[in-house]
Amino acid sequence: MFGFCTDPSSLDGLAWLACYLTTGKHMAIYWSVGTVLLLLAISAPVALAFGFGAAAAARSRFLPLAWLGKAYIAIVRGVPDIAFFLFFVIALDQAFEWLRHKVKCPDWDQPIRQGNDFVVCADAKLPLGNAAQWVHEVYGFSLAVLTFSIVFGAFAANVLYGAMRAVPRAQLETAEAYGMSPRQSFWRILVPQMWVYALPGLSNLWMVLIKATPLLFLLGVEDIVYWARELGGAKTARFTDYPHPDWRMWYFFALLVFYLGFTKLSEVFLDRLMARLTHGQATTGGEAQRKAA
Amino acid sequence: MKNLLIGTAALAMMAGAAFAESHSVVRLGTEGAYPPYNFINDAGEVDGFERELGDELCTRAELTCEWVTNEWDSIIPNLVSGNYDAIIAGMSITAERDEVIDFTQNYTQPDPSAYLALDGAEVDLEGGVIAAQASTIQASYIAEMGATLVEFATPDETVAAVRNGEADAVLADKAYLQPIADENADLVLLEQDVLIGGGVGMGLRESDGELREKFDAAIQSMKDDGSLNALIEKWELGATF
Repeated sequence: MFGFCTDPSSLDGLAWLACYLTTGKHMAIYWSVGTVLLLLAISAPVALAFGFGAAAAARSRFLPLAWLGKAYIAIVRGVPDIAFFLFFVIALDQAFEWLRHKVKCPDWDQPIRQGNDFVVCADAKLPLGNAAQWVHEVYGFSLAVLTFSIVFGAFAANVLYGAMRAVPRAQLETAEAYGMSPRQSFWRILVPQMWVYALPGLSNLWMVLIKATPLLFLLGVEDIVYWARELGGAKTARFTDYPHPDWRMWYFFALLVFYLGFTKLSEVFLDRLMARLTHGQATTGGEAQRKAA
Repeated sequence: MKNLLIGTAALAMMAGAAFAESHSVVRLGTEGAYPPYNFINDAGEVDGFERELGDELCTRAELTCEWVTNEWDSIIPNLVSGNYDAIIAGMSITAERDEVIDFTQNYTQPDPSAYLALDGAEVDLEGGVIAAQASTIQASYIAEMGATLVEFATPDETVAAVRNGEADAVLADKAYLQPIADENADLVLLEQDVLIGGGVGMGLRESDGELREKFDAAIQSMKDDGSLNALIEKWELGATF
């Protein structure tokens, strides 16, 4: 990257390090930090939406809907994350391709499963075989986001379901006494008040979600853990201009610092949010705020 | 949730329709962690013997090829589920793998495997602890020999295990271990070599006979005009054809 990097073997100290840390391969690990942040930025709100939907469904008086919500929560929470991740990404991918195959190639006469092979017509491939590499990467990433959202959505649903039940019954009775319909009392009374009960559980989930991002590596997305392992491994001079012994420890240490810093930042933010949500609530926290003021 | 799933599926279909042309790009899957066969170079690109070989084969077979890296552990499952079209990752041809996928003819000779150990260490190959990469021919060889096998996901970790004393020696392709032994004074290759496997070939889906024939013919033409031997010598892979 820098002009003086043309012959790394003649460099030492900081100059060598500057060149080493800016190789094309290192750029990949910096990009992957972005990937992780993007994953969090997308899957956290989507998971929250899934959770909200499922919690609302589980409370529904329409029984099939309530069953659906409860089944989703119970099944996803009960299955180990890793099993779910490995299953879901393959299953979703094949389900999409199967659907497309049915739509696009109705006159295909060969079986889709041929022994071990999963064969759909070329038009049904997802992404298409001739699509650019970035399309494949975006597709893989989207599958990962969807899987993360489904898994964490179930946990969020359980938290929100509990939070909705924690809102004092008297509040809802008062709303009914004012003549609000169930829908009105849900949106105007229940939802604004439940967040304060949900936040401790949700902030826990957020921490777990941050720590779960290395699972991306399991899903075939080249994330920071993949690159830390690849870059940290011992390199011989025949195949690189920057030979070094096994440096995985340093790379993993950097990851550790990154994750710790990130969770610390989250904690500070969540504490502030909690203080704000507690304001004016009929909880011990709200009461303490009122007295202090 | 259901709506979202259906929505995503619909979106995916529309996105696909935009560039629905013929299936013209062949995606080559490799590991990218096994020099000199394949590795990621400083620029972050796939490099090595198989990179040059694969590019040449694609030129000869008149195919447009694209390189993809994948974990070694899941390299076969991802091929059969169609994430790429061929494996070119230093994969030895074995009867066990041949049941699941198809191979082209071999493009290297059966490569001797070698043991790498700490200099001066007394290694008991029959009863000691030997490291190997998981799901390799070397791993199954050690398991059959009766020595204690420790498996690792990447080749690099197997060597690290010898260094930190977790394993007495590592068994891997000699072409991979040779440069490591050359550059590290504390590591040596043991004298005995082991001959396992039927040479390295490209792996393809069993339902993809047409592509297999194309690559087979291209490999044959490289064998015939000696360009394959030149590549093997350039990357120091051992015996030529």
